[in-house]
Amino acid sequence: MSPLSAVTDDALLDRLQCAAFGYFVQNMNPRNGLVADTSHDNSPVSIAVVGFALSSWPVAVERGWLERAEAVRRSLAALRFFRDSDQSGSPTATGFKGFYYHFLDIHTGVRVWQSELSMIDTALLIAGVLTASLYFTADTPDEAELRELADFLYRRIDWRWAQGDGGTIKQGWKPESGFLHYGWEGYSEAIVLYVLALGSPTHPITGDCYTAWTATYQWENLYDHDYLYAGPLFVHQFSHAWIDLRGIRDSFMREKGFDYFENSRSAVAIQRRYTQLNPHEFAGYDENGWGLSAGDGPNDEQPGVFNEERRLFGYAARGVPYGPDDGTLSPPAVLASLPFAPESVLEAMRNLLMRYPQILTDDRLCSGFNPSVGASDGQPWVSAGHYGLDQGVVLMMIENHRSGFIWQLTRGCRYLSDGLQRAGFEGGWLRQGHAEGTR
Amino acid sequence: MPPFDATVTTPQDACENKRLADVHPQAWVNPEPVDRYALIIVGAGSAGIAAAELAIAMGVKVAMVERHLIGGTCLNTGCVPSKALIRTARLYAEMRDAARYGAKVPDNIEVDFAAVMARVRRIRSHLSGRSSVRRLAALGVDMFFGNVRFAGPDTLMVNEQKLRFAKAMIATGTRPHVPSIPGLREAGFLTNANVFNLTELPPRLLVIGGGPVGCELAQAFRHLGANVTIVQDKPLFLEREERDAAQILSDAFARDGLEVRLNTQVTGVRMENGHKLVDLISADYRSTIEVDAILTGVGRVPNVQGLDLETAGVDYDAAAGIAIDDFLCTSNSRIYAAGDVCLQEQYTDTAAASARIVVHNALMRGRKRLSKLVIPWCTYTDPEISHVGMYVREANRQGIPVKTFTVPMHQIDRAVTDSEEIGFVKIHIRDGTDTILGATIVARHAGEMINEITLAMVAGIGLRTLAQVIHAYPTQAEAIREAAKAYMRTRVTQRLRARLQRWLAG
Repeated sequence: MSPLSAVTDDALLDRLQCAAFGYFVQNMNPRNGLVADTSHDNSPVSIAVVGFALSSWPVAVERGWLERAEAVRRSLAALRFFRDSDQSGSPTATGFKGFYYHFLDIHTGVRVWQSELSMIDTALLIAGVLTASLYFTADTPDEAELRELADFLYRRIDWRWAQGDGGTIKQGWKPESGFLHYGWEGYSEAIVLYVLALGSPTHPITGDCYTAWTATYQWENLYDHDYLYAGPLFVHQFSHAWIDLRGIRDSFMREKGFDYFENSRSAVAIQRRYTQLNPHEFAGYDENGWGLSAGDGPNDEQPGVFNEERRLFGYAARGVPYGPDDGTLSPPAVLASLPFAPESVLEAMRNLLMRYPQILTDDRLCSGFNPSVGASDGQPWVSAGHYGLDQGVVLMMIENHRSGFIWQLTRGCRYLSDGLQRAGFEGGWLRQGHAEGTR
Repeated sequence: MPPFDATVTTPQDACENKRLADVHPQAWVNPEPVDRYALIIVGAGSAGIAAAELAIAMGVKVAMVERHLIGGTCLNTGCVPSKALIRTARLYAEMRDAARYGAKVPDNIEVDFAAVMARVRRIRSHLSGRSSVRRLAALGVDMFFGNVRFAGPDTLMVNEQKLRFAKAMIATGTRPHVPSIPGLREAGFLTNANVFNLTELPPRLLVIGGGPVGCELAQAFRHLGANVTIVQDKPLFLEREERDAAQILSDAFARDGLEVRLNTQVTGVRMENGHKLVDLISADYRSTIEVDAILTGVGRVPNVQGLDLETAGVDYDAAAGIAIDDFLCTSNSRIYAAGDVCLQEQYTDTAAASARIVVHNALMRGRKRLSKLVIPWCTYTDPEISHVGMYVREANRQGIPVKTFTVPMHQIDRAVTDSEEIGFVKIHIRDGTDTILGATIVARHAGEMINEITLAMVAGIGLRTLAQVIHAYPTQAEAIREAAKAYMRTRVTQRLRARLQRWLAG
């Protein structure tokens, strides 16, 4: 293969996207369609990663990386698994009220790690489920079953229940202790969660729930950029991976004369400015060395030892400008900003790949690297293996940048457009939306 | 090492004798009351003293009654001793952090805790002179010590003495709220009322509650060398503050090596073979830790019991305190309240300000409103967290369009030269105007910096004017002007830009 520095932008993106897709091929259990959270041994399934996988199969069919029948088979395996899964909400079930536990055993599909029933991760899963159903529209028994299952799984989710008695959707629930006792505060990746919860024909959340959430927003001017504040970069990407947020505005964005897509563009500019200022003087930070986000990083926590001084945070949601910041950057978070700021992203990617070739294995980006914490030979610390969320958002955002394919698909989703409208979104493609024969 | 002795009494030394002679002399004989006082003040804390001073200045005959110590919580068990303690704690933290400043870390940093606390008590005693009974008596205040209860709508009893009043002000303050945790009372615990009496550092300290008092003391004891665990039942500290501020504090705690337990409750305290064991639960995760002392920093309860408020026709709630209107008047039009016993904002200066409003309204038929006060406050952790005015969520809730101008401290030269670049200045304005709605500052000296914004708010000064105020360079307060300048840059309109370019081109 030719060195990455020698290939065109499109060839570079193609290679990175195809490699990201490879993660899902290599880490899927073909019996149930579930996909591991990471490539580490004995990794459990993250349901959100399954959502990304279900969105990746159609992309792979379009790109010629996967046979359509095989893509349908994989999607069906996952959808059937979730249909038949234990929904009793017991500590060893798979889900409850249509939601699923965050982490599942990859063989049996039951809850592991005492994880919570996760509202946001269920939303990311179901966004993938709906994406698959929007693509596989052929009049065949398999694809018809796939569409029926997708509809069934979506309609089964009791979003209203997830509101508890509070104003906003709860973050999670555990059979041992009930709802985690805090909701969503401040702008986050939860637009897709609220939109899906509002669009439900069966158990929608109450209409004021979205407003209660946006009432916790912080509209800020930082480094001379106006933006809706959220520290970690992934927050500015996850909802955008599925929903085309260009030119459509809820009442908050109408008041500010902005939209969520432009907001992610500001987030990139602010990240670049922050790493240029580099307040903690970390190695490798500059206008091309950015990407503070959720991801793996070095850790100095010694198991069982309390009260030690900690400067490194392991797997954490790092953010700008208030941290946490321990010098760790997330290359996938840079690449997934591609639709918002293609020039800055491509320049940064080429630059990072040149300076730190270790961040790429099998053409796949590591979850995080830290040039300030390295081996004695001057090599940066690099996260081992690969993470499904990283590969998923990279794959989808490259596709949205190249063809807008995912956005085109989801624009045709009735549930999403209804949810967006109930959240108060107007304008842009929503104006024509329903005329185009949405389902 | 002998086990930690958790029984604490104030060391009786010269400092302590001097303080008691100032704020509650043993030999004090209550004066003979006059027939009727224009104003009787119940409680000689910050509110009481402020009211007495103003009323005396107006030429009014005043009596003040105190059950315990003049100076109240602030002087004796609150702001004064805690700030004295925090100063020394910071010094030790800086010693350990000396390398960051290019200085040599001293060998064998050893905390002489008894000396730390002796300083705290010396300073408290030094400052008690300002609240001394002799000074108040010299001003003309009739000072009574004793138990006080109302005997009618215009009468109260001090011990067996009857005092009549035209107006009265209740300013009895609050006391620590001790949570009802099984085994806590039996095992013994510290509160702000006795923690400053310690002469020995508890090697392992549990702090229950992540409010301002809990956070300040937890960090101070950590800096002084204790292994501190702080337990908070909410997902973040300082529930009231914005989450970025609380998040920065969490990070600072982690940096300091505090053991932070968020979303966690204490379910019980047990003594087993002389060991103090504390049971914790977080969602479904149970754990037990062993400690030497427990500090409860959670909440305050108003001192409303034993006053026979019913007899005076004063409505109150055991948790929320005395009910007042916006003029600080109670349900008895002769009786007012001020300070912590009736206010949500429990700060010394707010107590004093509310007391002055009472004096105006009670004695001069004034119509000053509590709601017009602009109230700043600060939590003296490192970094400090200060706030004034509205929070964004309040503005959003009230439908006020709000925009925040944020300046991270790492953009400010003086913060960088002092290696104090953690934190930010956030000024919230009414979007589309330059009117300041509120501000939050997180910085090493946030408490000093918030005053400029408070002044601007009280004087009605907006960001436009603040942007023109030259600040001494280099100072950390420049962050405030930088926020104002950022605002001004957003006001440079396209038209102005085009005009300028035409002019420059021509």
